[in-house]
Amino acid sequence: MLVLEKNALSEEIESLVNQYGTDRPALLQILQAINRKHKHISDFAQQEVARFLNIHPVEVFSVITFYSFLCSEPKGRNIVRLCRTISCDMAGKDAVEATVTRELGISFGETTKDKRITLEYTNCLGMCDQGPAMLVNEKVYTHLDPETAVNILNEIK
Amino acid sequence: MKFTKTNNKKRTGPVLFSEYCAGDAVKKAINLSREDILFEIKNSGLKGRGGAGFPTATKWMLTAAANADEKFIVCNADEGEPGTFKDRVLLLEYPELVFDGMVVAGYTIGAKTGIVYLRGEYEYMLESLENHLTGMRNDHLLGKNILGREGIDFEIRIRLGSGAYVCGEETALIESLEGCRGEPRNRPPYPVNTGYLDYPTVVNNVETLSSVSHIIVKNGEWFKKNGTNKSTGSKLFSVSGDCGKPGVYELPWGTKIDVLLEIVEAKNTKAVQVGGASGVCIPKSQFDRTLAYEDAATGGSIIIFNESRDMLKILKNFMEFFVEESCGQCTPCRVGNIKLMEGITKIENGNYTFAYINTLKELGKTMQVASKCGLGQSSPNAFISILENFKEEIFNTNGKGISYGKA
Repeated sequence: MLVLEKNALSEEIESLVNQYGTDRPALLQILQAINRKHKHISDFAQQEVARFLNIHPVEVFSVITFYSFLCSEPKGRNIVRLCRTISCDMAGKDAVEATVTRELGISFGETTKDKRITLEYTNCLGMCDQGPAMLVNEKVYTHLDPETAVNILNEIK
Repeated sequence: MKFTKTNNKKRTGPVLFSEYCAGDAVKKAINLSREDILFEIKNSGLKGRGGAGFPTATKWMLTAAANADEKFIVCNADEGEPGTFKDRVLLLEYPELVFDGMVVAGYTIGAKTGIVYLRGEYEYMLESLENHLTGMRNDHLLGKNILGREGIDFEIRIRLGSGAYVCGEETALIESLEGCRGEPRNRPPYPVNTGYLDYPTVVNNVETLSSVSHIIVKNGEWFKKNGTNKSTGSKLFSVSGDCGKPGVYELPWGTKIDVLLEIVEAKNTKAVQVGGASGVCIPKSQFDRTLAYEDAATGGSIIIFNESRDMLKILKNFMEFFVEESCGQCTPCRVGNIKLMEGITKIENGNYTFAYINTLKELGKTMQVASKCGLGQSSPNAFISILENFKEEIFNTNGKGISYGKA
């Protein structure tokens, strides 16, 4: 990581700390904000957050590893999460899954080479009446079939 | 491609989906004494709608009686149980019911802050909910001196989860709000005494708070008209799976399962999973059971399986869910779920013994009593009920164990 990038990230975290505060309850909100923008929370970012909140970096790491939407490893620019819970499964998740992996040439848990998309599974999205469903970043798409799913993925930058 | 957030509200019922004008509950509540409100809630017999069914009035009374500088109202919008989506409909279409309920709760127990814990998957709702809160502030239904009444202050803020099912458990939710790993706490002490930041806290489900708004505007007697003696009022059921009309239905407690199946146009039904992955699987022979706290209890999730479904595959899906979502804090849940999963793989491959399966069922029963929170206590439910009720199908000894794949 370049020094300039580090400085920029430090400043960004400082402004988040100013916004959310330095109390422990702010930790999750700060991590969510970093994760939303960078799609992961790097080691350096974790150390900086720990420094501002005056806690051990391991505390920060332990929180990140607990939540499935937070991540310490770099990911793609867009995170696609396909629901694999029972109702979506019965509604045809397998067909969507097969088409999407074939189209992108990656399996679930992987990122495309151009860093455009990371594919993941998720548990129930609360769209059981309209499955199969998937989340693209924070947006939810329902009533998927293999074709619409691929069209959605091809549209995202 | 536009992203979709349509709701499948199929049947408007007599209680929750009855007419309600935004702000009415708050306007009426601040002219009532706290005791009157508690009496009305107690009289209504309202129980927690998240699934556990703890009497709401008792929870409120304990918190109201606690001595503390600060108290909190937390709205549990971490709707993660597989097959549950009623809170999505309430939050998108009836946010006024939820937020008014929170203000009433705050006034009653003497809290000045309400926090909505919205699951990370529902982040797309954030904007519309924040807009609604701004509207309420403009109408003086929120903020300092609500409706011009000196000393009645209440503020609501929304906090997001980050994809952890266990955070729907109230103490885990509080841990998460405090910026920690969402691991459940030992209970007691209960959140009514030491909740968020160790202050007395009421944690209520979205639907519970919505019911409160209606009870305040009408009354407890009106609420009690629907439902059974032990389960008063009506319930939102999130129906999914093999049926003609999946969606959210408001039906009175005490509705029989076969009646519900008829309403949602389910055909050739083999089994119904009541209460989501942590609920029980009810076979055709028991479809005359009623949906109520005292019989087949549910937080709203109803998943329907028709004759073509493979019950072992369904069970496997549920157990995969629990293996992944167990927080790993206590051993019965962390290890037990993995052991049950191994058992399912063995049944799939046909290399099991009944002695082994019986041992696993015993393990499941141990998990039900020894796990720290509701996740581990209820995760063996599906395992035990499906293996018990569908043993002919699963253990059909045709020489190879079982056949799987859709028929």
